[in-house]
Order: sequence, then C-alpha cells, then structure tokens
Amino acid sequence: MTDTLYTELLGLAGGFALVAAVLVLWRRSLLAIVRILAFQGLAIAAVAVLLGIHHQDVAELIVAGGIVLLKVGVIPTVLTRVVRDAPEQRDAEPSVNTATAIFVAAVLAVVAFGVTRGLVDLAPTPETELIPIGFAIVLVAFFGLVARRNALTQLVGFLLLENGVTLVALVATARVSLVVELGAALDLLLAVLVLQVLTSRMRSKFGALDVDRLTELSD
Amino acid sequence: MNLGRVGAVVIQIVFVIGAAPLLAGLIHRTRARLEGRVGAPVVQPWRDLRKLWRKERIAPEHSSWVFTTTPLVLMASSLVIAMIVPLVTVASPLDRVGDLFAVVSLLLLGTVFLALAGLDPGTAFGGMGSSRGMTVAALAEPTLLLGVTALAARAGSTNLAAIVAAALDRPSVVLSAQSVLALVALGIVTLAECARMPVDNPSTHLEVTMIHEAMVLEYAGPDLALVELAASMRLLLFGALLANLFVPWGIARGTGSVELLAGTVVLGTKLTLLGALLGAFEVFVAKLRLFRVPELLAVSFVIALVAVTASAFLGAGR
Repeated sequence: MTDTLYTELLGLAGGFALVAAVLVLWRRSLLAIVRILAFQGLAIAAVAVLLGIHHQDVAELIVAGGIVLLKVGVIPTVLTRVVRDAPEQRDAEPSVNTATAIFVAAVLAVVAFGVTRGLVDLAPTPETELIPIGFAIVLVAFFGLVARRNALTQLVGFLLLENGVTLVALVATARVSLVVELGAALDLLLAVLVLQVLTSRMRSKFGALDVDRLTELSD
Repeated sequence: MNLGRVGAVVIQIVFVIGAAPLLAGLIHRTRARLEGRVGAPVVQPWRDLRKLWRKERIAPEHSSWVFTTTPLVLMASSLVIAMIVPLVTVASPLDRVGDLFAVVSLLLLGTVFLALAGLDPGTAFGGMGSSRGMTVAALAEPTLLLGVTALAARAGSTNLAAIVAAALDRPSVVLSAQSVLALVALGIVTLAECARMPVDNPSTHLEVTMIHEAMVLEYAGPDLALVELAASMRLLLFGALLANLFVPWGIARGTGSVELLAGTVVLGTKLTLLGALLGAFEVFVAKLRLFRVPELLAVSFVIALVAVTASAFLGAGR
C-alpha cells in the first residue's frame, strides 16, 4: 500500500467517525442512533486495520478484529435488543434543543482541534492528524451524554466517548499492547451488559427510559 | 481567447441544457424501477418541456414584472454558472470569474427571484412556498460557502477551477478527513437547494409539505418550461460540481477537441451514476417534517464548519 493511499484512507476513516458523532446528536430514532454507533465502530476498526497493514503488525490486526466483534457486532446487537424490548419508546426526546446541541457540538469540535494542535505539531504524521478528530469525538460524545435524559442515549454517548478514546489510543501510541486493549474491551462489554440489565429494570419499574424519573430512593 | 476555449464554453452550455432534463428523467426512472413500476422513459422531461413550450403564455391577473422576469433570471443565472464553473474542462475562458463567491451569489439571485415570484401573484400557496424556500436558502447558502471553503484551503484559492486543478495535481489531497466532512455537508445542501427528498418532495403537490412546487404553482406554458428547465439545470450543476470537487479524475486539463470529448463523456458517466444513486436514495428516505429541516441544515452547517476547522489545522505538512 502506498503512503499516499494510506494517508488518504486514514483521513477518510477519521472523517466518517467524526461525522457519525455529530449525526448522533441530530437523530432521534434510537435504532438509527445504534446503527450510527456501529458505523463509527467500523470506521475505527478500519483505522486499526490500516495501522496494522502499514506497520505490518499482527497485534494491531487482532485488535481490529476485536473492535469489529465488540463495537460492530456484540454491543449494537445488545442495544438493538433493548430498543426492540421497549416498543413504546422508539425516539429519544432531547432535553436540549437539537439546533442548540448541534452548535455546542461545533464549538466543542473547534476547541478540540485548537487544543490538540500542539500535540500534532510535536510529530506531524498522518497518524497524529487523527488525534484532533479523536478529541473532537470525545468532547462531542460527552456533550451528547449529558444533553439527553434517556438511559439508552446516555449509554450510546458513553460508547461514542469510548470510541474516541480508542481512536486516540490507536494513533497516539507507537504500538498497541494486546493485553491492555483486551482488558479495556472486556471492561466495556461488562459495562454495557450491566447497563443493559439496569435499563430493563428501569423500564419494568417506571415504564420508561427517562433518567429524570430516578429522583428518589425507594425500597 | 482562442477558439478552443470558446468551444469549451459552448460545449458546457449545450451539455448542461441538453442533459439536465435527462438527469431528472433518470432519477425518476431509477426511482420507479426500484419501486416496482415501469416508469416514464428518461426523455419524458424533455417531452413535457416541449408540450409546455407550445402552449400560450399566460400570467395571473395583478402580477407584476417580477413574475414575468423570474423565469428569465433563473435561466440566465443558471446559464452563467454553466459557463464559469469547471464542468468539462478546468481551462474555461471565464475561469477568472469562476469564483466560489460569484457562483453562490448567482445561485442566490435565482433563489431570491423565485421567492419573489411566489409572492407576486398574491396567492396563499405561493407565499407559503416563498417563506419556506427562504428559510431553507438562508440556512443552506452559508453551508455551501463554508463547505467549498474547506476544499479551497487545499488549493489556496476560491476559484473553483483552481480547486479542481489542485486536486488533479496532488491526488493526495482529494481524500482526507476534511473532504469527507465537506462531502456530507455539501451533499445535504445539494438536496436542500435542489428541493429534493428529504427536504422537499418534488413529485407531489401536497400543500403541507411542498416548497419549490408551491413557489412555481402559478406558472404555466413556456414560463413553466423555463422554470422547470432552470431547476433541473441547477440540479445538474450541483451534481457536476460535487462530482468534480470530490472525484476530479477525468476532467479535461486543456481545450483540445479530444480532451473536451473525453471530459464530456466522463462527466456524463459521473452524472449518470450520481443520478442513479440519488434515485435509489430517494426510495429509502421519507420526507422530513418541516420543522426538522432547519435542524438538518444546522447539522450540515456544523459539519461544514468542522471541515473548515479541520482543513485549517490538518494537512499542513502535505
């Protein structure tokens, strides 16, 4: 693979991942949001595959396989099941006006590009140019996490955030450690499964996924 | 100015006028096929235009010069854009005026006149359509400027031909994070500006949803033919610009006759693919509720803004 093609494909994957983060703020349908999440996972797996091929590193390719399995396969399937189990709630009502949310996201993305400029300048390579994108995904996802009051969209916001962290970890380190990545992936899977149980409990107790109802303790 | 450059302009104009209704027909045909219908032949829009052209000119009572001038303004602005943007070749004789800001102003001129023409006869639908049309235009035009500016950074010029030429010279700048962002933003703007799904539904006259159709409701005969032709030319120009900005390969570098011929064939191929894609896309999307349209345009604006930021911060070392 030529260097030009490598640079181009890396940029493409990063761009798609960032577009996905912004689109999640706009979409309301929970199924669509989960699909966008899976798409972003695919973009990040593509980054890992590209890095693996370029550095001829088998560990990186294994990590890519793990990302596909976890972020494109297992987690979206689990989340889709949560949505299907709650047919009365197909849409997430935003607590912040969508237009406002999107503009806040724009400001956050610009801030992310601004603050990571120094990092990129340290070693300007095609890989480090994805660091600002990873940071922008982290900030936008964190905003999405706090801006919505639906348990499922909060979970998706957390997963998007984790995707951003994964992207930065992939491109900022010299080579990934398989053990660390595996540990992080297992933690993530556990978190999603526990939260899935929690959301089903919430739905059976309150009949909704709105976290604003979790205001008082009860026995 | 030599003969080849004049020839290039003539080819671009003839191509845009000739192919625009065919592109519209192709989109309808693709859509019909995917929906399991046979559909009208691709040349149907041309037949409709011919039929309209033979009818008598008629203007509503109490309408002013604005109403009668608008089809001409729309047609003229589309023709000027067809002359100055890089469609078949990047070496247009008018390439010095083929500036991003000039093109967007010309587009806006047509949009504004169309909105005025919707208001002019004083009908309820026309006014509604104009109001909606301006809401969409006010949000879409800034995105258009920003989106192309993100691409202009790689060429160091806002001249459209220079942007396309820079992409041809350095293929490594064509695909990057910022061009993905710009492509998504400009794609949404194209759908909004050309009144396609999911912003507007071009195939119905349903009063609660229509935008473009509401503005042109009072037109008939040759005037309607001009408005429709200009609208389809707009779609073709947007499509061709998208194709040339993001997939520049195949556009002619000079003005030799063989080059121009090859450039025309390549452009035709790109547009055929784009038309088929758009037709397929329209089968799968539903029209957005009107109040969600500004949100969609806000999304595209933000994506364009991020694209500009990315092009300012990234890719400096290339």
